[in-house]
Amino acid sequence: MNSRMVGIALSVSFFVVPALADDTVKIGYIDPLSGGGASIGEIGLKTFQYLADELNASGGLNGKKVEIVALDNKTNPQESLIQAQKAADQGIRIITQGNGSSVAAALSDWVTKYNDRNPGKEIIYFNYAAVDPVLTNDKCSYWHFRWDANSDIKMAALTSFMKDRPNIKKIYLINQDYSFGQAVRTQARAMLKAKRPDIEIVGDEVHPLLKVTDFSPYIAKIKASGADSVITGNWGQDLALLVKAAADAGLQTDWYTYYAGAEGGPTAIKQTGLAHRVFQISEGVANSATEAAQNWEAAFRANEGVSLFYPRAVNEMRMLAKAAAQAKSDDPKAIAPQLEGMTIEAFDGGEATMRKDDHQLFQDMYIGSFGPLDPGAKFDEEGTGWGWKLVGAVKASDTILPTTCKMERP
Amino acid sequence: MTSSLRFLWPWLALAMLFAGAPQIYSSGSALTMMSVMGEMIIFALSFNMLLGQTGLLSFGHAVYFGLGGFVAIHAMNALIRAKVGVPVVVIPLVGGAAGLAFGVLFGLISTRRAGLVFSMISLGLGELVSSSSFILRSFFGGEEGITTNRTKLAPFFGHKFGSQIEVYYLVAVWCFFCIAAMYALTRTPFGRMCNAVRENGERVEYVGYSAQTIRFIAFSFSAFFAGIAGGLTAVNFEIMNAQQLGAQQSGLVLLMSYIGGIGHFAGPILGAILITFLQITLSDVTNAWQLYFGLLFIGFVLFAPGGLAGWLMLHRDAALKRELWRLAPAYGMVAPALAASFAGAVMLIELAERQLALARSEGSAMRLFGFEVDAASMGPWLMGLVLFCGGVGLTWLVWPKVTGAWGSLTSA
Amino acid sequence: MLQIVVFSTLNGILYGMLLFMLASGLTLVFSMMGVLNFAHASFYMLGAYLGFEISRHLGFWSGLIIAPLCVGGIGALVERFGLRQLHRLGHVSELLFTFGLAFVIEELVQMIWGKLPVNYNVPPSLDFVAFRLFDTTYPAYRMFMLLTAVAMFAALLIVLTKTRIGLIIQAALTHPDMVAMLGHNVPRLFMVVFGAGSALAGLAGVIAGPALVTQPSMATLLGPILFVVIVVGGLGSLTGAFVASLIIGLVQTFAVAMNISFSELLGPIAPPLLGDLWQVTIAELAPVIPYLLLVTVLIFRPTGLIGKRES
Repeated sequence: MNSRMVGIALSVSFFVVPALADDTVKIGYIDPLSGGGASIGEIGLKTFQYLADELNASGGLNGKKVEIVALDNKTNPQESLIQAQKAADQGIRIITQGNGSSVAAALSDWVTKYNDRNPGKEIIYFNYAAVDPVLTNDKCSYWHFRWDANSDIKMAALTSFMKDRPNIKKIYLINQDYSFGQAVRTQARAMLKAKRPDIEIVGDEVHPLLKVTDFSPYIAKIKASGADSVITGNWGQDLALLVKAAADAGLQTDWYTYYAGAEGGPTAIKQTGLAHRVFQISEGVANSATEAAQNWEAAFRANEGVSLFYPRAVNEMRMLAKAAAQAKSDDPKAIAPQLEGMTIEAFDGGEATMRKDDHQLFQDMYIGSFGPLDPGAKFDEEGTGWGWKLVGAVKASDTILPTTCKMERP
Repeated sequence: MTSSLRFLWPWLALAMLFAGAPQIYSSGSALTMMSVMGEMIIFALSFNMLLGQTGLLSFGHAVYFGLGGFVAIHAMNALIRAKVGVPVVVIPLVGGAAGLAFGVLFGLISTRRAGLVFSMISLGLGELVSSSSFILRSFFGGEEGITTNRTKLAPFFGHKFGSQIEVYYLVAVWCFFCIAAMYALTRTPFGRMCNAVRENGERVEYVGYSAQTIRFIAFSFSAFFAGIAGGLTAVNFEIMNAQQLGAQQSGLVLLMSYIGGIGHFAGPILGAILITFLQITLSDVTNAWQLYFGLLFIGFVLFAPGGLAGWLMLHRDAALKRELWRLAPAYGMVAPALAASFAGAVMLIELAERQLALARSEGSAMRLFGFEVDAASMGPWLMGLVLFCGGVGLTWLVWPKVTGAWGSLTSA
Repeated sequence: MLQIVVFSTLNGILYGMLLFMLASGLTLVFSMMGVLNFAHASFYMLGAYLGFEISRHLGFWSGLIIAPLCVGGIGALVERFGLRQLHRLGHVSELLFTFGLAFVIEELVQMIWGKLPVNYNVPPSLDFVAFRLFDTTYPAYRMFMLLTAVAMFAALLIVLTKTRIGLIIQAALTHPDMVAMLGHNVPRLFMVVFGAGSALAGLAGVIAGPALVTQPSMATLLGPILFVVIVVGGLGSLTGAFVASLIIGLVQTFAVAMNISFSELLGPIAPPLLGDLWQVTIAELAPVIPYLLLVTVLIFRPTGLIGKRES
């Protein structure tokens, strides 16, 4: 385990300030590798390691090898800062993270301050999964780049899709009571009002995060309201228990989600038997992607044993490679301007652009439904035999949202 | 040695240690780690004011730490906005004041009873405050927490505290003064009455003191120092997050104090240093670090309830009478046995972790103590088992030598 | 509206009975030994996981019988080799031991079964609709859970009041020394009670596992509520635990169903201070209510609602 030896070396580094290895570019992966978020963190690590290997096989970054250094942050913002400091000590100048907007906010803030106080040693922060919109709005930073569509963009795409579905008449909103859940419900209300004012929002509920063990009272309320569709940002056990309770109570609605495909979701949905009633907004649907992407994913799954949860990680590494090649350097000061405004062909097809104003990537978004595989579809999820099927696509240009970011540029 | 020098030399040594440490360990992350250690030392000492000195086991002490930090960070932001010239060195005091205020408020209800009732109230209050952190979003900042920038406050003799070394020295100075203050408290009549309350609350009433008042004052002081630790954390990380007043943080300070040794004043200091070090570095080395923490805790509860400080102090008399050499042979025999059982246990845990948790995805090849082993084969497992059982058996055989050596000491 | 009330009542009672299954073992152990077992919820989790594992090979019903026995056995071993050594060191040491044990059990579970929820399913024989009320179905499995909990309470009551060993246990609850002097093996009694308490927790886990998500954080999610239940009910009182479980189960379930915020309740007299607080709905407060109850009860009635002793 390469990263473990590096880990030991990092601990020893407290006593010695090591010489920088000039022929590798290290990327610090700061995500949970122990504790509750570990399984997701490990999947992300595997994805990045696979991508690094692929990049190295084709020459690396300007001839230098790319190495992923795993740093366990235990999903704790303070711990993440300590790990980021460790990374800085080791001369790591690119860090990437995704699990938890609280951590992302702390890291973005820290990176900005660090770069301000240590000119010449700038660090750049690639955010691949933390979707709090504030990171590319009020709290934006020149050194932060986001590859995941933030939750507002996802809602914009989802509502654009719903605009053309006349069978949706009454929507119930149920979300977790924290910044993400609140963002989902606020934007859902605003965007539905703009795009489909005829849709009636018959319920708007928030529940405590990861504390509810029995969703049946909520399901009872949803039933009583007569909703035909539910929009929810729930993930993890909140989603699993919600759909379970729905199945138990025999609730017949469609579920529009953000994270039904996240770890544990497919198993829970299969258990409930809700075939093709659960939808998810994401940047790609494996079974309908381009042939190149499908082959890539097949190889990835064969090698790593997990699905490709993060097509956006592929976009991130490819854009990094392109920026480094264009800048002929891996110094963050040189890479950042290259990334701004860069367009590439996204992993799942279509054009993706990193907007200069706020460092948010805009890409085509897809809506998939989860159910038994169509004949010819290759990918099922978590061994359930069910997979995602494409039901709608939204072009990147239809997902553009304004930003309040006032970026301070160096 | 003159008596004043005998009194002063530990303090001088401590001051020199604090001042000199960054010269030896100078990397950015070492400085960060030492700053965190400083904060945790204050936190653990404040916790031990309750547990070790007054006999009050609190499961919600992180509340005062966290609230102190949050008030401090809001104060910093307010001062920056108002452009008032208060330097950052005073901010921990703001945290302390907040801790004191909440300590008084919650102490009124918590300290009416001692024992299990107190512990349960502290648990309830802790969960109450950390649950309400999701509700009171403007104070706690919701998921992202509250951030600030310490360099925007007024400079202190030209220092803006941007670099980590300046922050380290700030923490070190505050830590030194807090240690001195808390130690001084233990030497006052009040401190002695706290010990009396710990031993026998009923009897304290007979000598004319109100046990409840003593508990209340101890609680308030303890919350004050916890708030100072929180304020320092706010300055160091420039971010406060609701996780820092949660049950995990409360459990952590309990772990630190207990492992350091609750029976001695310096115990929590040792515990804070050790646990902070382990927390930051252990996860680099193994994925099963939480299991090691739990086993460490249980091990101490079963075999060394006095903690590290307790174990060290056992040797104090022998050291003073220069008799430690009598123990050396026995220790020399038992140490390899203990090391073998420890190594065996680590091997088994790491192999199990690899085989059960990671093998499906990463294969069963791994590095153990620098050697490449295959977790799926019998060899490493057998070796781990042999080491562990052999080590334990050997320790059990050799232990009479240790008790014999202790018996041969002329001191107690 | 009526629909919500009926279902909330049913679910509240069910949740309360689940809490009682856990709290009964805990309060028995506490009354007898003075040990507040922090690892009790961990035994619950072990029961769920063992039930899952056994049901994978031998079916749900075998799991229902074997898993609690395994957990009871583990509990007895923990008492014999762990707690018994700590009796002389006092209650704090015992408490801390169980605290560390809870941690270790959670880690071991994560290591063996992984960090993700496992697929513990309702057995097909119970997977049907019990009844239909106001167009909402109520699953039969939940009725099964309810029945098991009631049966357990009845069995416990009978054992404690009508059998010889039950009488000895009751005596040891208040006078352990006297019971020892009368010739009964009190340490062995402790071990049996601890094991039985753990087995009850394990049984609760086996049953609750398919209904709730079986995952490593099960214990930490339910743990604090458990303490609230036994403290509010009164340390050492089985009836108190029963009453408190029902109260907390009903309160939490009903609170979740209510969407009224304080500002709506208080109307124009709500002050602008603490702005966030007034916007909060009762549903959002639901997780906080048990702790409010705990603190309130402890302030005004430290013996709990029905308890006879405070520690």
